[in-house]
Amino acid sequence: MKDVKSQASKVAAPGKPGRLNTEIQSRIGHQLRAMYDDVVRQGVPDRFAELIKKLDAPGATGDQQTAKPDGRD
Amino acid sequence: MPLTDSLRDDILASVPSLRAFAISLSGNGDRADDLVQETLLRALANIDSFQPGSNLPAWLFTILRNLFRSDYRKRRREVEDADGNYAKTLKTQPAQSAHLEFEEFRVALDKLPQDQREALILVGASGFSYEDAAAICGCAVGTIKSRVNRARSKLSALLYVDGADDFGPDDTVRAVIGGSGG
Repeated sequence: MKDVKSQASKVAAPGKPGRLNTEIQSRIGHQLRAMYDDVVRQGVPDRFAELIKKLDAPGATGDQQTAKPDGRD
Repeated sequence: MPLTDSLRDDILASVPSLRAFAISLSGNGDRADDLVQETLLRALANIDSFQPGSNLPAWLFTILRNLFRSDYRKRRREVEDADGNYAKTLKTQPAQSAHLEFEEFRVALDKLPQDQREALILVGASGFSYEDAAAICGCAVGTIKSRVNRARSKLSALLYVDGADDFGPDDTVRAVIGGSGG
């Protein structure tokens, strides 16, 4: 069942463009944040915690110094 | 500035949202984590260029976004499995109906032009201001606003209006429900 879309189809009736737009935009915003927050809630995977810990030692990042700071190649 | 304990903690605290941004951009969990790893390496290697007191998440997002862009150019011709990989990144499987709806949204998001997708994610999900999003994408604030608006219009069309025909089973379900007379 796809409740969001079937409900949205109902509001997609002609003559109510303002309400349609507001409702749909609100649904889109909600879905976007739900998708994003689902990943955020997974926290920090061990591989990244270990990576940062490992690179914390003085001089450990020395071989990366030539990389450009903003990532542009 | 030097890499202090507090700065290191702040970088670590940004990892969850960096991953969410990377997955939203790439639609692929494994590739997203590689992007995050490279972002962290770049950030730590160039930590001296980070201005104390400036926006650390925005700085990290800028690095990730630019890495994704250069990576994307390299991989442009590769065939991508946009539909299947995102689900693998979920720790808890949502209920089936929510999952289908989720995938639909994911697929629609992937259909947006890259400029629009990243603008929408930065403003609509990451919670950056238009100004920060513009700085991250290296464009004008007005450009970000326009990209976000176009992204929303297109998603709306794909998911709720024109897109109805793309998802055949839904019409069938509606026909069955309509035919039952309630």
